[in-house]
Parts: sequence; C-alpha cells; structure tokens
Amino acid sequence: MSGPLLEITGLTINFGGLVAVDGVDLSVNTGEIVGLIGPNGAGKTTVFNCISRFYEPVRGTIRFKDRDITRARSHEIIRFGIARTFQNVELCRSMTTLENLLVGEHAVMRGGAIRDGLRLRGVGADEARATARADEMLDFLGLTGHRDSVVSTLPFRLQKLVELGRALVSHPGLLLLDEPSAGADHRESQGLADLIRRIRERFDLSVLVVEHDMSLVMGLCDRLYVLDFGRRIATGAPSDVRRNPVVIEAYLGEPELEVSDA
Amino acid sequence: MHWLRTRGRATAPYGLGLAAVLVIPALLNVIPGVAPGYVLYLVSLAFIYAVVAIGLGILIGHTGQISLGHAGFFAIGAYASALLTLRLGLPFVLAVLIAGAVSAAIGFLLGLPALRLTGPYLAVTTLGFGLAVPQLVVWQGSWTGGSSGLHGLPLASLPLGAFTIVFRTDQDYYYLAAAVLILLTIFARNVVTSHTGRAFVAIRDSEIAARAMGVDLVRYKTTAFALSALYAGIAGALYAHLLHGISPEDFTVLLSVDFLTMIVLGGLGSVGGALSGALLLTFLQNALTRLPVVHDFKNLYIVVLGAILILTIAFLPHGLAGVTRSVRQRWAARVRDGAPRVDQIVELGEGSGVR
Repeated sequence: MSGPLLEITGLTINFGGLVAVDGVDLSVNTGEIVGLIGPNGAGKTTVFNCISRFYEPVRGTIRFKDRDITRARSHEIIRFGIARTFQNVELCRSMTTLENLLVGEHAVMRGGAIRDGLRLRGVGADEARATARADEMLDFLGLTGHRDSVVSTLPFRLQKLVELGRALVSHPGLLLLDEPSAGADHRESQGLADLIRRIRERFDLSVLVVEHDMSLVMGLCDRLYVLDFGRRIATGAPSDVRRNPVVIEAYLGEPELEVSDA
Repeated sequence: MHWLRTRGRATAPYGLGLAAVLVIPALLNVIPGVAPGYVLYLVSLAFIYAVVAIGLGILIGHTGQISLGHAGFFAIGAYASALLTLRLGLPFVLAVLIAGAVSAAIGFLLGLPALRLTGPYLAVTTLGFGLAVPQLVVWQGSWTGGSSGLHGLPLASLPLGAFTIVFRTDQDYYYLAAAVLILLTIFARNVVTSHTGRAFVAIRDSEIAARAMGVDLVRYKTTAFALSALYAGIAGALYAHLLHGISPEDFTVLLSVDFLTMIVLGGLGSVGGALSGALLLTFLQNALTRLPVVHDFKNLYIVVLGAILILTIAFLPHGLAGVTRSVRQRWAARVRDGAPRVDQIVELGEGSGVR
C-alpha cells in the first residue's frame, strides 16, 4: 500500500442549498488514532455518514486501502474493512447482546436462506465459530454478564459498549467511532480512552473518532482535524491544535477547551 | 437426517405437537358423536392456513415488512397447481413444487417495490396485489375457468420408488398436510434462528444498523418476500387439492386479513405463535358458523376477527407466544428460587393492571 489507509480529498456534501461539508481533505494512516472535532453542526457526523456511504457527496473522493469507495454501496463498506458506531446507538433493540454481535459478523459469514433452512453441512459449524468469536469479544469488553440480556434493557453506557463490540467483531482495519463518550462522566471517559488504545493494540487497527469531549480527544489522538461550518480550519498534533488561534476563536464560549489543559 | 436438527430452547412443545398429530385421527374414531372425516378435513385446512401464517410471520414478524395481499400468493399457488394437474396432467408433487416456485418468483418481484415503500404505502401496494389476483383470474376466464372456477382436481399422490401413495381419504390428506406443515415449520425455524434470520430481524429493528453491518437490503427484503410467497404458494396448492376445486371467491381480501390476524394473535416474530394462531382462528371461524343464535348473521366472523385484532394488539402485544413465554419465565424463576422474589411480585402486580 502506497498512500494512507484512508484518504479523503475535496469532500463536498450539499443538503438542498446548504453546504454541510465543503472541500474537506482528511487522511488516516495505518495504526493511527485520528480525531475529528468541531463545534455543533460543523459537519463531523456528515463526514462519517459519507464514508459509510449513507450520504452521497457532490464532489470529492474517498479512498480506502488504495481502492476508490466513493460510489460503493453502504452494505459493502464493512466488507472492505471499515466498521462504525453511531452517535445515538443504532442497535437491534429486540436482540440480545450476543445476537447483536452475531449481526456484526454478518459480513464475514456465508449466507443463503436455503442453506440455513435446510441446515446444510457447515451451517452449524459456522454458527458455532461465530458464537465463539462473539463470546471472545464479550469477554474482552467485560460484557459476558450481559450476554443474553435484550439490549434495550441495558443502560445507555452499556449499549454504547455493545455497539463497539458489534463494530469490532468483524475485525475491521478502520474503526469509525461517533462520540464514544456520549453519556459517560469524566472518569468513565478516561477509561474509554484506555479502552480505545487497548483496542488499537489488540486488533491492530486504525481509529477515526468524532468527539465532543476535548479532554478525551487531547489525550487519545495522534492527530486532529478541526471542522467549522463544514470547512477544515486546522489540523495537526493535539498540542498544536489547542494553541491555534483560529480554533480558539471557533470554540469561543465552549468551556471544554480550557478544561482540557488540566 | 442432518437438517432435521433444530436449534433453540423450545423444542418440547413441538414434540408434544407431533405426538398429537399422530394420535388425533385414532382419538376421533373413539369419541362418539363426531364425524371424524369432517374434523380431519377441518384440521387439514387449519394446517394449510398455518403454512401461510408461518411464511407471513417471517415477512411481517421477523423482517418487519407488511403484506395485506397474501391471499394473492395463496391463489397463485392454488391456480398454478390446479392448472398444471388438470390441463397438463402433471403429477401432484411436481405441480405443488412448481406452484411454490411460481409464487416465490412473484413474491420476489413484489419485494422490489418494498425497497422504496414502507409502512402504510407498502400495505396499500400489497393490498392492491391481493385484490388484483382474483380479478385477473376472472378476466382470463378462457383458461382459468373464470368465476365458476376449476373443479375435479385429481387425487394427491406421492411416488415412492416402485409404488405410489394415493391420498384418498380425509385421514390420508390429513397426514399429508401435517407432514408438509412439520417440514416447513422446521425449515422456518432453521431460517429464523440463523444468519439469514438475524439479517431479517436486523432490518426490522434498524435498517441503518443492518446496512452498516453489511446486510444487503435488496437481497434480504426480496428473499423475505419470496420465502413467504413460497409458503403461501405451496399452501395454496395443497388447498386446491384438499377441496378438489377452487374459484376466485376463495381468495378475497378477507382471507388476507385472516392470515394477518392469525400471526398477530399468535405473536409476531414467533414461528410457534403463527402455528397456534392459525389453528385457533380456523376452528373459531368454523365454530361461529355453527352458533344457532346468530344463524342469520352471516358476517359475524368478520366482526369477531376485528375484535380479536383490536383486543390482541391492546392487551397481548406479543400474542399467544408472549403469554407462554412469560408463563415459562415465571415458572423457571419460581423453580430456581423456590419462592417468588419481591421484584416478581411487583411485576405480577403491574401485569394484572394494578397501577
């Protein structure tokens, strides 16, 4: 592979007449944890939804592992090796924790209604292997005690964790995390930073994270991109971005940035 | 038989059901005052409806895609099998399989608009399909028999190597319907408890999550439609040969509503629920037509059907399957702990409306 793992160039997205994202360049190198930050409505999640192919860009290209995925279909993305979580949790609410992780393995399992209905040779072994992988992931995330709970009965913090497990269980090369600290207090979000670092080591992957919690981002990320009104206003190491006057201007009135100096 | 092994917890009720299937005919012969032939005919009819209900349950209950037109698939299966045996002289088994395949193919096609339509829009589309099928049959009367229908269908038969089983009596056909129902129940349970079934439920719970996890909506929505149409088509073929004749009047919109009520009453998202809902409703319909008091009220069944739908949705949102599930859970908890815990008592209080 010659270039970066993920390379976005000139990404532009319109909603009606509104330009939500305007010519954004962004890249993630193999093994990096990269943060995407900015005030509310800056277009961070819109960029995510474009990488996931839920939104259609009007201009720009998205390349992953040297493959152009700008026109790929949304269900193909995880097969290329990009898995994601959602800001407000998109779990299969009626399923148990285990079943949600098995859905996460959908892309790496063989399919076919007739094969499944007739229980042709291999179906039982496939299911057993998938369940073993899911159990291993539950153990890693400390969710084994909630294995057979229906996820809608779990507290929000645990639901976020189940969603993380569901994204990880297909062993993606790139993990997209949309506000992993939502609903967590300060102490919990520090634990989260440790967890994300451990995930990078153990599963040998790269992370692109959208986050509001500045203290989490500053301590966790190797590099940051700052968006404001759909434009990239700064990029670089967390320590540089924090001192950038343009960034301070954009965040004026948002106290998180000062807290992060601690 | 490798594929007969079903997974999942609730296999005991199925064992009991199988035993019941085997002893019912013998039992009817010793009970005085019943006509065994007629009761067996009625049970066969219930089994056939149960096949439709199980297929419809996969579509509505598991995948979350509504259909108000399954009588249309039922009619397509019935007419395909009737025409193939009467006009082309094809053997029964082949005709039933082709009928199922034709219905599944049309189900696949009807699944395509479902990719863009949801909720009430999909309901109206499928309703239109269900309304159109009998009208098309009447319009093409020269080869479909028109409004007078097709009659004198040959006996069902099953070639087994050197000799052939012919299903002559009501009891014979009862065993045939039971065998088909059992095989298709196992198939349905296998599908919903595996990879494909999880993709269906993922679509129902969150299309966004399903797509992000790699579920191809085009493939799985059309698969769900085709699968449920396959069930309705095979059931339609069995229906045609049970009655030895069919006419467009057998396949009204009311029948589609019947099918829907069966799975709502039984409990959406449960194969066992669809089965019990179909059996219960078929017997109820028959019993209502025998009530002497309301003999002149021909459409009483429709009123009762509406009442069942409303009451089930209001008081048993998970249907009969939900009731047995909560009874089983409570029973398991009581056995495990010896005595009910405080939270169980609170739960019981809430369940009985004490709030």
